[in-house]
Amino acid sequence: MQKLSVNEIKNKANIIRQDIIEMLVTAGSGHSAGPLDMADVFASLYFNVMEYDPKNPTWEGRDRLILSCGHICPVMYATMAEAGYFPKEELLTLRKFGTRLHGHPHNLALPGIETSSGPLAQGTSQAMGMAVALKMDRNRNRIYLIMSDGEQQEGQTWEAVMFAGKNKLNNVTAIMDRNNIQIDGYTEDIMPLEDLPAKYKAFGWHVLEVDGHNPQEIIDACQEAKAIYEKPTIIIAHTIAGKGVDFMEYDYKWHGTPPNKEQAAEALRQLRTLGGKIESEMQ
Amino acid sequence: MSNLNPKIGQKDIEQEATRKGYGLGVLDLGAADENVVVLTADLAESTQVLDFQKKYPERFVECGVAEQNMMGIAAGLALYGKTAFVSSYATFSPGRNWDQMRVNVCYSMANVKIAGNHTGVSVGPDGATHQALEDVAITRVLPNLIVEVPCDAIEARKTTNVLGRMKGPAYFRLGRSKTPIMTTETTPFEVGKAVVFREGKDVAIIGSGPVLYNALLAAIELEKEGISVMVVNNHTIKPIDVDTIVGAAKACGAVVTLEEHQIMAGCGSAVCEVLAMNYPVPVEMLGMPNSFGESGQPEELIKKYGMDKDAVVGAVKRVLARKK
Repeated sequence: MQKLSVNEIKNKANIIRQDIIEMLVTAGSGHSAGPLDMADVFASLYFNVMEYDPKNPTWEGRDRLILSCGHICPVMYATMAEAGYFPKEELLTLRKFGTRLHGHPHNLALPGIETSSGPLAQGTSQAMGMAVALKMDRNRNRIYLIMSDGEQQEGQTWEAVMFAGKNKLNNVTAIMDRNNIQIDGYTEDIMPLEDLPAKYKAFGWHVLEVDGHNPQEIIDACQEAKAIYEKPTIIIAHTIAGKGVDFMEYDYKWHGTPPNKEQAAEALRQLRTLGGKIESEMQ
Repeated sequence: MSNLNPKIGQKDIEQEATRKGYGLGVLDLGAADENVVVLTADLAESTQVLDFQKKYPERFVECGVAEQNMMGIAAGLALYGKTAFVSSYATFSPGRNWDQMRVNVCYSMANVKIAGNHTGVSVGPDGATHQALEDVAITRVLPNLIVEVPCDAIEARKTTNVLGRMKGPAYFRLGRSKTPIMTTETTPFEVGKAVVFREGKDVAIIGSGPVLYNALLAAIELEKEGISVMVVNNHTIKPIDVDTIVGAAKACGAVVTLEEHQIMAGCGSAVCEVLAMNYPVPVEMLGMPNSFGESGQPEELIKKYGMDKDAVVGAVKRVLARKK
């Protein structure tokens, strides 16, 4: 595994965002907002926090990343390719016939994916099952669970959260993408979620909140989670939906929509110039 | 030879609930394989896993009343490398957590075994809400999933042991009430292989579960009238034993199906799919007639809904009349 610096992680996140845009415009369908806003979290996990071996995806000593909100898988695929799990050219097969990069991730299709996900909340339960198994075998590796905020509306999420609290699953670090949007609108309009920190505390969790676009905060929170005794940790990562592409940011309409060719070109221009701050060598 | 219990047809035949066989089966597996874990959702005693919990507390996972989470927990354990048994009532598991079973277990090929307790109207007094009559229908449509329906406690113990030693997803259904022990320790049991319980040449009764005893009783009665009835224990609903079913149809030219489940989409439907595609013969189907159950004693409900010995005798005569 790699331990990159914060600046190197920011560069990786930018590359991942560009890959996401190219994947989505090539696929012609898929989700934009969540993948873009979780690029910093994924880059921090894969390039600093987690133990894994891309050449040996089933290595017993690996930490396990469970993506519960399967629809944001483009960010996972792009990060895994960047980390060396498979060739980057394969990213453009997303959602196409014969691909290993299905519209929602499938564990049997692509080595390095721990489980199939898509129906919300189900990854959370599976993460807790794996965490129990790790404890049964006195395996000291960790579970990194990625959840969306919208899936907090599923009853099953709270069944799993209750289970984790009861079993003191301190080997679980859950990271919630708190981007405030879901398909039909803003979470607090569709079905209010707050007070999320208080809810998790009430279920026996250690709660941290970070700027989901600040790798240093993400890494520090993950390190703190490792030190917590007898409690699972949730890191509520406050993110800007569609982060990095100005016309996508904060707009729930980009939850499940890909960019068209013109929008993708503009998105890539913004990402390559860091929002106009530098000149793109692609221009 | 199927080496059945010689007491079949006698009043003093031994009786035991199939769920008891399951409880013994997980104990067998617990001793044989430390990777076997058992989960329940607040039903340890009635699903017969209390002894496993006492003997192997470190491998027992109490999930509370949360079946959806339980299925996910089981999948997570299995994807890590455990063999996970999910123990609840079939109305809730796989009823309530079907989506979790579909995606987390079947699609992901997780090594999870789902034990559906309290199936059929023979659940009795608890009434319709707790009488699972649709579980075979909702499981047999799922790819990668083995579906088993043991006919008695001995077969249930064998089923548990055999499935527990196989990799991959499986569902098996169990009953609450005491039912006759038809098989013996030496009765053959193999997943995907139906067992001919009784040879015959006029009509073949192909069924599954404890209610199959009524087919054996009917066969004994019909023999006195000169009607020769074959009885086939089709305990594996999926993958179904095409050869034995087609062989029975060829030998007899008429089939009656019998199960304690909705007639639609259950064991009988699976048999009819095989016959329609390979060797169509007249069929009469016995089971729940598109109805919910109700409270009552098991034998009262089995009689009312047409799965008792008399119903089988009637169906055999109807199908004989249709035979060319």
